[in-house]
Amino acid sequence: MTGRKLRVLIAKPGLDGHDRGAKIVARALRDAGMEVIYTGLRQTPEMIAEAALQEDVDVVGLSILSGAHMTLLPRVLELLRQQGQHDVQVMVGGIIPDEDVPRLKEMGVTAIFGPGTNTQIIVQAFIEAVGTSLARG
Amino acid sequence: MSLAAKVMAGDRLALARLLTQIENEELVGLDCLSDLYPHTGRAHLVGVTGAPGTGKSTLVNRLVLHMRSVADGKEAEPATVAVVAVDPSSPFSGGAILGDRIRMRDLAGDPGVFIRSMASRGALGGLARATAGMVQALDAVGFDIILIETVGAGQAEVDIARTAHTTVVVSAPSMGDEIQAIKAGILEIADILVVNKADIPGADNTLRFLRATLQMARPMRYGRGDHIRDQMEADGVMWEPSVLATVATQGDGIESLSQEIARHRAHLRASGEWAVREGERIRSEMELLLREHLTAQFMTRQPDGRFEEALERVIARKLSPRQAIASLLEGEG
Repeated sequence: MTGRKLRVLIAKPGLDGHDRGAKIVARALRDAGMEVIYTGLRQTPEMIAEAALQEDVDVVGLSILSGAHMTLLPRVLELLRQQGQHDVQVMVGGIIPDEDVPRLKEMGVTAIFGPGTNTQIIVQAFIEAVGTSLARG
Repeated sequence: MSLAAKVMAGDRLALARLLTQIENEELVGLDCLSDLYPHTGRAHLVGVTGAPGTGKSTLVNRLVLHMRSVADGKEAEPATVAVVAVDPSSPFSGGAILGDRIRMRDLAGDPGVFIRSMASRGALGGLARATAGMVQALDAVGFDIILIETVGAGQAEVDIARTAHTTVVVSAPSMGDEIQAIKAGILEIADILVVNKADIPGADNTLRFLRATLQMARPMRYGRGDHIRDQMEADGVMWEPSVLATVATQGDGIESLSQEIARHRAHLRASGEWAVREGERIRSEMELLLREHLTAQFMTRQPDGRFEEALERVIARKLSPRQAIASLLEGEG
């Protein structure tokens, strides 16, 4: 089994303690053949950016239910850019009010998924975002 | 600047990218690794293995915290530490969930630490195929200590003893090690044994049992009697594995473990065992590469379908695998 595999980071920034969504998404991505680095709860933007760098991931998936997304997400994006990780895609899941979506996308978030999204849609979005066929892996 | 030069200059993003290329066995990464090879051979490679749930990741977390907090003797600065943590790939999807970082959150933000998770990608010995290559890259860039955490599947994980200088085997009370220990293998490779979660009732029994079993499981390498072995241990020629108790979540016993790891390194250096292990490791690495290359070469020289044809005959039990290979090799060479 040589060749490229999609590597993704799934993390929960901030202080809310609900990680079921993140875990379900992590499993769906694994079942689609991706290598998922799962860092768990209460990650600071600094921890997330550092992990993304060391693990050289293609996609960073962040689950936020606390309402602090407009504080946490810009910081994560800024740190990723500062470190030169320009090609890393950032996906967000959780409770994000509609009015925040355009601004987040403007900042560089690739896609946003609300509660109840079919995991297959999320998997497909991850694959398309990287523009790599998993068949190569 | 070339990738190798960037990596050597301390560019962490370049290092991370190189590790990916090595993991995927991309030619550019493997060439870069060859460029870096002269810089390898300095790091102390420490394997951490043991059954799932014994607390390997938590132990590694505490151990690295400790190593980063103390300066070792002459050195003014604490050792820099890299961690390579291997988790299993799913045999069905080929995907993996790599969760070792969950337990290593205390190490975030320290520029003297680099953590990399990797999936086993079908390899069975507790490491992935590319683990050794990734460790070489981390060695070349100057990490003083590289901790390699294995999958944790148990008995079959002896690859680590070939890759690491020092192998730490972690167990926990009531993990069934009483029986497993007798099967040796995993205990035989231990340079240091740790009973983690030693605050659980029954830990004393596990400690006592492991100490007793160790005496039996340990091979008599030189084929000599016990009294001679005792003398060799006293002379520092032979290493007597110790059994340590830790409670990684509390940090108990971590200092002793760290000291024991350093003591084992000093022993390897003083006894000449370091060079012996290094030689054995490089030999098996070269033999493996040679096997792979010869196989690939042979396959490209074969007329289309000859191997498949032989395979079919073996499946139909008309030939044994040995006979099939012999017939394929006829007319070769």
